[in-house]
Amino acid sequence: MAIGERRTGADPANPRSGTTIPAALDILEPGTAVDGPDAVADCDVAVPRTGAGTALDPASDAPDAPAAVELDPLDPVAIRRDFPVFERDFGGRPVAYLDTAATSLKPRSVIEAVDGYNTRYTANVHRGIYRMGEEATAAYEAAREKVGRFIGAPDRHEIVFVRNATEAINLVAATWGRKNIGAGDTIVLTELEHHSNLVPWQFVAQEKDADLEFVPIDAQGRLVQDAFDALLRTKPKLVAFTHVSNGVGTINPVRDMVDRAHAAGALVLVDGAQAVPHMPVNVAGLDCDFYAFSGHKALGPTGSGALWARRELLEAMPPYMGGGEMIREVHLRSTVYNDVPWKFEAGTPDIAAAIGLGAAVDYLTALGMDRVREHERLLTAYALDTLARGVPGLTLYGPRSAYQRGGVVSFNLPGVHPHDVATLLDREGIAVRAGHHCTQPLHERLGEAATARASFGVYSTTDDIDRLVAGLRKVQQLFA
Amino acid sequence: MDDLYRAEILEHYRHPHNFGSLDHPDVVQEGSNPLCGDRLTLMLDIDEQGRVDEVAFTGRGCAISQASASMLTDLIRGKQLSEVAKIGRKDIVDELGIEISPARLKCALLSVDTLRRALEDRVTWQAETEEEPA
Ligand SMILES: Cc1ncc(COP(=O)(O)O)c(C=O)c1O
Repeated sequence: MAIGERRTGADPANPRSGTTIPAALDILEPGTAVDGPDAVADCDVAVPRTGAGTALDPASDAPDAPAAVELDPLDPVAIRRDFPVFERDFGGRPVAYLDTAATSLKPRSVIEAVDGYNTRYTANVHRGIYRMGEEATAAYEAAREKVGRFIGAPDRHEIVFVRNATEAINLVAATWGRKNIGAGDTIVLTELEHHSNLVPWQFVAQEKDADLEFVPIDAQGRLVQDAFDALLRTKPKLVAFTHVSNGVGTINPVRDMVDRAHAAGALVLVDGAQAVPHMPVNVAGLDCDFYAFSGHKALGPTGSGALWARRELLEAMPPYMGGGEMIREVHLRSTVYNDVPWKFEAGTPDIAAAIGLGAAVDYLTALGMDRVREHERLLTAYALDTLARGVPGLTLYGPRSAYQRGGVVSFNLPGVHPHDVATLLDREGIAVRAGHHCTQPLHERLGEAATARASFGVYSTTDDIDRLVAGLRKVQQLFA
Repeated sequence: MDDLYRAEILEHYRHPHNFGSLDHPDVVQEGSNPLCGDRLTLMLDIDEQGRVDEVAFTGRGCAISQASASMLTDLIRGKQLSEVAKIGRKDIVDELGIEISPARLKCALLSVDTLRRALEDRVTWQAETEEEPA
């Protein structure tokens, strides 16, 4: 690395602080380029940044400038001690886990919370009139309260526990969507969407003979806001888009888009799968109508996730699945449904996972989501810089500025298929994703069948990225 | 990492054998691996004696799938269909001669699976079909 990593004194207010990240290259200040003039015209989506001398190369103006060292507000080295998986040996080293966008690693406190339920108070919820049943119910509902507070929900009854973001979105499509979308209605989506925020709306559109429209992206993978405004003039019933793109990392200007969608009379669903784990999220502040996320990407167990929706919407929505728990009174030919959110939680839920998600939220809250975001922004800037400089010819996709992207960096090595890249990196103990990352339309737009992707979390370090750069250079040599 | 992709595989990837198209092939079969986006089009000329007279393929994909197609086409060119019928999934994995993780098996087998579909109507396969090679 060109700029030495140094440790500076710890921040007294934050015992975990003190690791520094060599600063890179946010040539763009926060927010400046979102609506920049370059946004629309350029159709070449790939943003190759190769060799020295590009605008992104700090060496061209400030080589080794000490001022360019920024303080990481988290201490990922300390954080890693909370994640037992780092104790596993991968050729003398721990794994360089760069696939947090797929699912996150789990801290000990989450593992223990799940264990606690399974070993000390195993019981179903909302049923048992005995101590363990009451404890399980209390822990399950406490987790709901924590999740609600974590994402700024005004009312804990607005949190529906689901298995993942996919289930949350399907729930909205199958209930609100089938009730409110009719023939000739329009649903506006974007080219960035994960299949889970696309296919459920295809179901609704096919069944109801409704139209799907898509906000296009610009050369840096950002939504073209003028095109969004044009689509809003068609008076869509619903706008559904991702908060942060899992394919190219783009952070969308959610509040601004919500305001414009509301002014056009549409409701808004936001897919927060890549936002909730990585930045402060406040659904009330975003003013959206539905918000979906997966707990397992946010340090929680698999099988945990949540849908938030405005209470009046939840109350007006028909139930999703029928069964136990979602009912108040059942007669042979009729049923009175339970109150929200339990109306949407038919059957025994994944109690252990929900309790684990509560512990994950506690863990993230203790770190501070502002700090988590700053840590990942610094890492992303560092990755964009070291990859561009350290791996000649590498193609990087997505926004140039780490201020505009989450901790997701997708790339391709010319002449090497991303699956070969991933297989070879795996030999070095480096875990990256290769494929279309469940965003096939986005990849069609990028003109690539597949990309490789590195994504970061609270435990990611500059060392992980240095290992990635070294690994990619080896791959390059092998294929040269 | 070098032992994983031995030189022969990389050589087949860089300069695949039988890569291209046939003018009037008797059989054309497309295959794809939706997970990776690998694509393969296999073309065969089969003469009156039931011999693979010519074979060619086009497509794009990872080193493993391309090398496997290159090696398989070498293997079947000039062979009687009765001989081709004996080629199984395991043979192509052996031919590649590298350790293939479960996640990459689909890449390795794309060529042979496409060949099987191409010759479905002409050949009764002798070797194992569905099960994964040991
Ligand atoms: C943006 C986005 N939305 C939705 C999902 C779906 O998440 P899950 O598979 O947990 O339902 C993902 C996961 O990859 C994602 O990245």
